[in-house]
Amino acid sequence: MATDIKSMSLSGRKIDVSEKEMTFKEKMYVFAIAKGMGITLRHFFKPKVTIMYPEQKREFSPVYRGRHILMRDENGAERCTACGLCALACPAEAITMTSAERKKGEENLYREEKYASVYEINMLRCIFCGLCEEACPKEAIFLTEDMVSSDFKREGFIYGKDKLVMPLEDKIH
Amino acid sequence: MDVALFIEKFAIILIVFGITMFIALYSTFAERKVAAFMQDRPGPNRAGWGGIFQPLADGVKMFTKEDFIPNTPNKFLFILGPGLFIVTALMTSAVVPWGGTLHLFGRDISLQAADINLAILFVFGVVSIGVYGIMIGGWASNNKYSLLGAVRASSQMISYEIAMGLSIIAVLMMTGSLSLRTIAEQQHGFFDWGQHWLSWNVFKQPLAFFIFLICAFAETNRTPFDLPECESELVGGYHTEYSSMKLGFYLFAEYINMFISSAIIATVFFGGYNYPGMDGVATHIGPNIAVLLGVAVLFAKTLFFIFFYMWVRWTVPRFRYDQLMNLGWKVLFPLSIVNIVLTAVVILGRQYFNF
Ligand code: SF4
Ligand code: SF4
Repeated sequence: MATDIKSMSLSGRKIDVSEKEMTFKEKMYVFAIAKGMGITLRHFFKPKVTIMYPEQKREFSPVYRGRHILMRDENGAERCTACGLCALACPAEAITMTSAERKKGEENLYREEKYASVYEINMLRCIFCGLCEEACPKEAIFLTEDMVSSDFKREGFIYGKDKLVMPLEDKIH
Repeated sequence: MDVALFIEKFAIILIVFGITMFIALYSTFAERKVAAFMQDRPGPNRAGWGGIFQPLADGVKMFTKEDFIPNTPNKFLFILGPGLFIVTALMTSAVVPWGGTLHLFGRDISLQAADINLAILFVFGVVSIGVYGIMIGGWASNNKYSLLGAVRASSQMISYEIAMGLSIIAVLMMTGSLSLRTIAEQQHGFFDWGQHWLSWNVFKQPLAFFIFLICAFAETNRTPFDLPECESELVGGYHTEYSSMKLGFYLFAEYINMFISSAIIATVFFGGYNYPGMDGVATHIGPNIAVLLGVAVLFAKTLFFIFFYMWVRWTVPRFRYDQLMNLGWKVLFPLSIVNIVLTAVVILGRQYFNF
């Protein structure tokens, strides 16, 4: 069966474009404009959907991925052992760290013998995918429900340990 | 010269000026609110209760911005442009009758700055001088986008002035006067018992009203005819190079124009300060109350038309330039001539055959 390329439809959903002339009524546009104005007037009285941000906050879903936190264990020691797996897993290459060896007497500060003396996440690079959280063998890094706050300078978005490590008072585990 | 008359006119001019400024100021706010509401947003609502001080914040912002003058050989014209535009915008308010005649302190105070018998011609004249404000500003900016915007503005305004003038001629043939006060007085009350028909001109000349309305949109450079400041093609149009209060003047004058043209539409077609039952109010409650109520009615009508301007702006997309010219020259122009002929036939028919 000879099929004309014009009548062929691979998806079976082909719709012919109609090129019919507009009628006089349509050409006047007045009725179309009146209809459009009816629609905008209806929206004028509709309830507004805006969330008034600082006073009113949108509820996040339980799996929301916000800014990171470096966890402490139940004794208040940092869990991170600077293995670098999070940095390796990170698709945006947002994480850098420097490792150091735990000294005598610091057992209450760092859980493992090796720890991160510098740990930085560049929040401008981070895409909040949560892969670092999945990669971590020590359950040291988590993404919280907080949002990254705005800043005037780019440097302010490179979060060091001062911002990332969970405050001592909050230790939960 | 009569000192009392001088004081009276001076007071009226000052009050009208103040009200015009106030309404123009709050039109900018209303525009943003209307736009927001039509897009399901609450609009500006942080400055004061419900954002009521937003225009003041905008004004402070405008004043404190850097006042930049581009490298142009026409510095004087560059400054003259916005000044001329706002002056012409304010001038038209002089001939609008804001109400009937008040009886105060043993005087008859006519609520109108100048009752000249060529009021409509005056309005048309001043409005067309307004084009110079745009044209000079766009020319002196030394920028091709500004120039294109200015050229668009002037050709658009000239084209639509013709249809506008012709549409109003049909009204003038019935009123027989160019004075806005006479036109307003002829639409007395709401029902014309002598002619067994509603007395407002919009019911006698619906087609003229329709053409006039469309042309008023074009004259005030409002959407769907805002091609002179079409952002997507011309950056900012004729005011691309303007900043600070000079830009503020242009934007402000646009709102003043909107207010004045709304007032003129309300006066010419919607009965001005007349309202149903005004005679009853005058006899039973008091003539001055009736007049003041008339002023309130006129302002209500005017504000409705301002709202209508905004309503259209946030509904209808912008025309293409050839469509704009087609509409002006090939549709509105012949239509208004047909309207004149129809009006003439009806007037003559009424004279000779009494129908
Ligand atoms: S959330 Fe994703 S992008 Fe951000 S630091 Fe972790 S792995 Fe990198
Ligand atoms: S956060 Fe976890 S994955 Fe990253 S370096 Fe520390 S222990 Fe390793």
